[in-house]
Amino acid sequence: MAYESPLVTADMVEATEFPHLAIKYQVMGVPKTIINEELHIEGAMPEQMLIQRIEEKFT
Amino acid sequence: MSIIRDSDKEAIKKEIAGLTGPVKLINFTQELECQYCKETNQIVKEVAELSDKATAETYNFVTDKEKVDSFKIDKIPATVIMGTDDRGIRFYGVPSGYEFISLLEAIRIVSSGNSGLQQRSKEVLGKLKKPLHLQVFVTPT
Repeated sequence: MAYESPLVTADMVEATEFPHLAIKYQVMGVPKTIINEELHIEGAMPEQMLIQRIEEKFT
Repeated sequence: MSIIRDSDKEAIKKEIAGLTGPVKLINFTQELECQYCKETNQIVKEVAELSDKATAETYNFVTDKEKVDSFKIDKIPATVIMGTDDRGIRFYGVPSGYEFISLLEAIRIVSSGNSGLQQRSKEVLGKLKKPLHLQVFVTPT
């Protein structure tokens, strides 16, 4: 997604190395995706579903 | 001594054998108070050696302030994966386990210029009005 849009940035964060972020975002299991601090997604989500959530919330 | 095993190096070479465009792996590091910086830097360099399309650059998080600011790096170890231009792809922490697989995937995407996303996904992203910051939390195992 970051590759496709100049408005998107994507960080892969190793949770155990950044415990303050893991605590801040309540990362109990991985993967966990945080989008703009607003959308928290637990687990791996299929592309279609993720895009739908993004469309609903951010477009 | 190499961190990536020789047998793994052969597998990785095959994974990234078809790279078409140049790839830069830009690592931000520091000597002190960063448990995994040294390891991350070495892995990044070792990966870059496995393809003639890939190059590794290293900057110091404290002293290379201009680079830190231009790539908007806020924590380390950090690695920017870019092709001919920076598209906002970052890896924070040592890229091992699943994160390593994602690293190779990112390298393929920026090199080929093909994200692999469905057309509909590209359309939705085209409708974005403001920046979208994705943070994907992973663990090494």
